[in-house]
Amino acid sequence: MAHDVHTPTRSHTEYEYLRRQRSKEMRSQLTSFAIMIFLTLIAFTTVSAGFSPYLIVPIILLLAAIQVVLQLYHFMHLSNKGHGTVAFFMFSGMFVAFITVLTFVTIVWW
Amino acid sequence: MDLNKKYTPQTWPDHPETATLEGKNKFVGFWLLLAAETVTFASLFATYLALKDKGPSGMEFTASGLFELPLVFAMTMILLTSSLTSVYAMYHMKNHNFKAMQAWLGITVLLGLVFLGLEIYEFNHYVHLGFGYTNSAFSSAFYTLVGTHGAHVLFGLSWFIALMLRNAKRGLNMYNAPKFYLAALYWHFIDVVWVFIFTVVYLMGVIG
Repeated sequence: MAHDVHTPTRSHTEYEYLRRQRSKEMRSQLTSFAIMIFLTLIAFTTVSAGFSPYLIVPIILLLAAIQVVLQLYHFMHLSNKGHGTVAFFMFSGMFVAFITVLTFVTIVWW
Repeated sequence: MDLNKKYTPQTWPDHPETATLEGKNKFVGFWLLLAAETVTFASLFATYLALKDKGPSGMEFTASGLFELPLVFAMTMILLTSSLTSVYAMYHMKNHNFKAMQAWLGITVLLGLVFLGLEIYEFNHYVHLGFGYTNSAFSSAFYTLVGTHGAHVLFGLSWFIALMLRNAKRGLNMYNAPKFYLAALYWHFIDVVWVFIFTVVYLMGVIG
């Protein structure tokens, strides 16, 4: 019975508690969003300011990495309970991705 | 088994997306897909990085001469905001507030359409400048990478619209809650890929 689910009716207190938890979580999501906007702004201003590429490239790559961690762990709930297996999938994918990019930028030449 | 069993906010499970066996299976399978998509995009990024500014001798267009940041900045902000609006949609899904969820999904779709419109404008602009797909190895790699992302945006939008129309009269239940949740996950993933596109392609392209 793929769709069967047993959920006992919650008491009023329990229900109010869950609602509050969810709105608390939503506020922390808003904080993540503000941080992401801020990181994007820094990345664009760093580039517009015209510093040396050797300084800019590591900074903007780091900012991108932080932003992706926020997306995955907050917006996509990867930090929540029961996400162990799927986190393993994702890290495997990222590992292969890293090796692929590393290979192409180091051993391909013209 | 009743797919269309009615729920109230009081009886709605805490994690409706994984409350059923089918939901659990979809959840695991979908993350496996996202991991595979990560590898797909990595191969396109790797190709782009290897072929950046490469092409026939005397080629006219290079990354630093072509890309303009204001448009990319607008696209980034729009897509990032649409990621937040889909978080709002899932917040209302968990509170079993179907109307609010549909409204936030509608906003997400509108923002996604604006993003797609700007991307089409950008590509059209480049082609008119003479930077076509077959112009150089660089142009092919650029259009393939950014175009594949654009195709994902188009697919994500179609997915949202199909879900919203198909379930408009049904309301939220155990049958469609996992579907909405996965579509939102897909939308976040599209934003994750875009973070790397604006950083690696546009920002690193402008500085040369």
